[in-house]
Amino acid sequence: MKEINTSAITDAVAQACISACYDLPPDIEKALERGMADEESPTGRDVLGQIIENARIASEESVPICQDTGFAVVFIRLGQDAHIVGGSLTDAINEGVRRGYSEGYLRKSIVAHPLERVNTGDNTPAVIHTEIKPGDEFRIMIAPKGGGSENMSGVRMLKPSDGVEGVKKFVVDLVKSAGSNPCPPIIVGVGIGGTMEMAAIMAKRAVIREVGRPSEKPYDAALEQELLRLVNDTGVGPAGLGGRVTALAVNVESYPAHIASLPVAVNIQCHAARHKEIVL
Amino acid sequence: MNEPLRLMTPLSDEDVRRLRAGDRALLSGVVYTGRDAAHKRLFELLQAGEELPVDLRGQVIYYVGPTPAKPGRVIGSAGPTTSGRMDAYAPALIAYGLRGMIGKGLRSQPVIDAMTEHGAVYFGATGGAAALLARKIVSCEIVAYEDLGTEAIRRLVVDDLPVTVINDAYGGDFYREGVKAYERSPGGA
Repeated sequence: MKEINTSAITDAVAQACISACYDLPPDIEKALERGMADEESPTGRDVLGQIIENARIASEESVPICQDTGFAVVFIRLGQDAHIVGGSLTDAINEGVRRGYSEGYLRKSIVAHPLERVNTGDNTPAVIHTEIKPGDEFRIMIAPKGGGSENMSGVRMLKPSDGVEGVKKFVVDLVKSAGSNPCPPIIVGVGIGGTMEMAAIMAKRAVIREVGRPSEKPYDAALEQELLRLVNDTGVGPAGLGGRVTALAVNVESYPAHIASLPVAVNIQCHAARHKEIVL
Repeated sequence: MNEPLRLMTPLSDEDVRRLRAGDRALLSGVVYTGRDAAHKRLFELLQAGEELPVDLRGQVIYYVGPTPAKPGRVIGSAGPTTSGRMDAYAPALIAYGLRGMIGKGLRSQPVIDAMTEHGAVYFGATGGAAALLARKIVSCEIVAYEDLGTEAIRRLVVDDLPVTVINDAYGGDFYREGVKAYERSPGGA
């Protein structure tokens, strides 16, 4: 049986936190360049130019793209034939976050209790989602999530009779009312179906899917295109100052639903769409 | 797009009065940082009628919580945070004498009303452009609430910080105007 040592996991998490915060993924950079070509508003182009230049500076100087280096959201895909040795997996991940945020000069943005609000000082704990898969591979995705865009997200338990029009209205209204707050151009992750928490996790998975890769489900892929058009018709534009490019992508994930339910979750991701995957 | 105006802080009443929603500006001089936790404390002092640890009359607050500075650097990455979270406290600070705010995102009506009543302006900086904006900061010194870490009040000197006037002292709102210009009605062209 393949063994994975927790010390290797800690090292990988620390490194991934730092590089995710310094280097914008290539798919996002490409999408911003395309947005620059599509944007009609001079102000919008000026903003996109600043965002592209900012990513270049961050990468060259090894500094964070955004001062909000986020909540460390961690997606694990653990092969059921792999064995983790050397201690607790959760502790290993949190130790990696602690080290990465300290050594990388990243901001510590987590308070220990949501109402008492005292900073934990090391950006722990992480938010960890685990999936068990066949095989013996251990995949870990670090997606630091900023507060500004997360705050504009939402979940709604629609009625089945609300149908696809209800879904479109919920998504578009949310983007419109968020306006400049979530740092557009955004990526919109939509989770449809399952239960309330399942929809929310799907929405989060949707925002870290590569921009430009449509859903493998034809219905969802068509809905992604339609939603992108509708979202960009809001006119919110880069930085919310008005323009054509409000979103770089809308990604939809779906799951079977109860006969009584139509859950919809929308996770909003700012243009600093940071994520880094490591395979052990 | 018009050429940006060059503005020196602290802003005079005349500066505030000539700015209009949509104007681009390059800001130079002293600005103070402050976000959620610092605002809560300042607000509580104002309510209790006590002195603030920093005289903010006539000054500009930048809503930012920077990353730690790497060795040899003035400051870490330092872009604007969402201003709306300061809306509960901003009208009291404006009434006290604050002249300007830098942030990103929508303001509430009570903040906009306080700006027109007392003569203040709200600037937007590009959210997420934190490495680029940090280059415009030439000095940084903690002046209050050091225990708050990234949320401490810092005295920054900025040089040509690029901003856009979002809300002016006359009720103008560039977010609303800008979006309206590019909005398409559902099902329309």
